[in-house]
Amino acid sequence: MSDTIDQTLRAILSDVLGLKPGQAAGFTADTGLFGHLPELDSMAVAGLLTEIEDRLGIVIEDDEVDGELLETYGGLLSFCQKKLG
Amino acid sequence: MCADQGRTRRLLLVPALFDEANRMRRFTVEVMRRLDVAGIDCFLPDLPGCGESVAPIEAQTPAGWRMAMTAAARHFAASHVLAIRGGALVMPELPGWAYAPAKGAGLLRQMLRGRVVAAKEAGREESTEGLLQLGLTGGIELAGYRLSSDFIAQFHNLELHSSEMISTIDQAMIGGPGLWLRAEPGEDAAQADALAAAVAVGLAA
Repeated sequence: MSDTIDQTLRAILSDVLGLKPGQAAGFTADTGLFGHLPELDSMAVAGLLTEIEDRLGIVIEDDEVDGELLETYGGLLSFCQKKLG
Repeated sequence: MCADQGRTRRLLLVPALFDEANRMRRFTVEVMRRLDVAGIDCFLPDLPGCGESVAPIEAQTPAGWRMAMTAAARHFAASHVLAIRGGALVMPELPGWAYAPAKGAGLLRQMLRGRVVAAKEAGREESTEGLLQLGLTGGIELAGYRLSSDFIAQFHNLELHSSEMISTIDQAMIGGPGLWLRAEPGEDAAQADALAAAVAVGLAA
């Protein structure tokens, strides 16, 4: 299940960021997201979170959305895993 | 924007809404180009208060947008309609297609969330539920659009109303990720080909 979450999350980031196939596979736990990727503005972050909710079947509350959540790929992945775990 | 050569097959395109309109504009125009080549006249009006329209956005409602699209369809003598995403919520009564139709509640939630994220960055606490209530009572600015309480109240409950005249074209039929998901506007020739082909084949039937 954990691998599936990882793959789904990479696919979502790939779709939102318009990455080429395979590019998201290079993300590591330390890959920076919000603040590192200029295309991720507040509306794009909102779209990203909504897409994560839809595809993983989770609900992300307002108070869970903070700088930490989207700081790195690893942080976002572990948040989603906890939500589903 | 239009491609009018007085042909018999005349398609009104209803654009995606708000932020998605920017992300989908290029794609929408690419689809129009293909349909023009396929012998179909195409018309892409701006919704009142959006794009190059000079009407005040705060005076708009979804019902008003639908009336404006109905008037545009009459003006251009459109025979069919293709609505993109949230455009399906305000499309006129004509035979045609809804491409990846979005619900009002979903689009609204995303815009509310965008504002919550922006507020957080600026060190302010806002909540999507609190902002929705604010919007319902006094109107609210979302994604740069000043929306009235009437707008929010109508839009919040809006869904594509099912009609025998309208076929839904899901993203799965087009292939690849929907371009409205993109953080920055993108384009995809294969997707534009697929949507134009679906409409052209439907019009030829």
